[in-house]
Amino acid sequence: MSDETQNPLRDAIEDAIRTNPVILFMKGTPEQPMCGFSARTAGALQALEAPFAAVDVLPDPRIRQELSALSNWPTIPQLFVNGELVGGCDIVTEMYESGELAQLLGVEQPDEAPQPAGAEAQAAPLSIENRLG
Amino acid sequence: MTTSIATKEELKARIEAGIPGASAEVHGDDGHHFEAVVVSPAFAGLSRIAQHRLVYDVFDGELGGRIHALALQTKAE
Repeated sequence: MSDETQNPLRDAIEDAIRTNPVILFMKGTPEQPMCGFSARTAGALQALEAPFAAVDVLPDPRIRQELSALSNWPTIPQLFVNGELVGGCDIVTEMYESGELAQLLGVEQPDEAPQPAGAEAQAAPLSIENRLG
Repeated sequence: MTTSIATKEELKARIEAGIPGASAEVHGDDGHHFEAVVVSPAFAGLSRIAQHRLVYDVFDGELGGRIHALALQTKAE
């Protein structure tokens, strides 16, 4: 807490964490993630159909610098729920698989095997009817 | 410590030296991406965040840089 008080970027990050109940700082966007870890983390939230805010840290390296200084967490992605750091990809994935993430977010854990991405593929409805006569 | 390519042996040794009672199993051969399972009684009662921070602290400033990625799993026992 020295001369860091005059730091509009850090203030903006703090404000975003405070005002968004679920916020993910990631590389890229949920639609177009630019890193496998960010993709997996966003995918877990999407699989739970939990609404979340997402911030792309790539456009300005200072976002990442300030965020890590603020959270004392070195890597991206970072998920915050109700103003608190939950974790990065490893922790979020572990919590998704155990059902803790759904619990924390107050949503239903999907019945399907917990596979954040790609699990829907085989659920495509069969459109061919079996007509034997 | 060193600017050379990181190895899983180095990571294992540093984690085990840096965290009381820790034993680490580290995988990764490309010099940048690693996976570690760390077991230590020091993790007991800590949140996952706090457990992972203990390991990150061992590599202060090197994660995201020299060590591009360290996928972590931590257990108290």
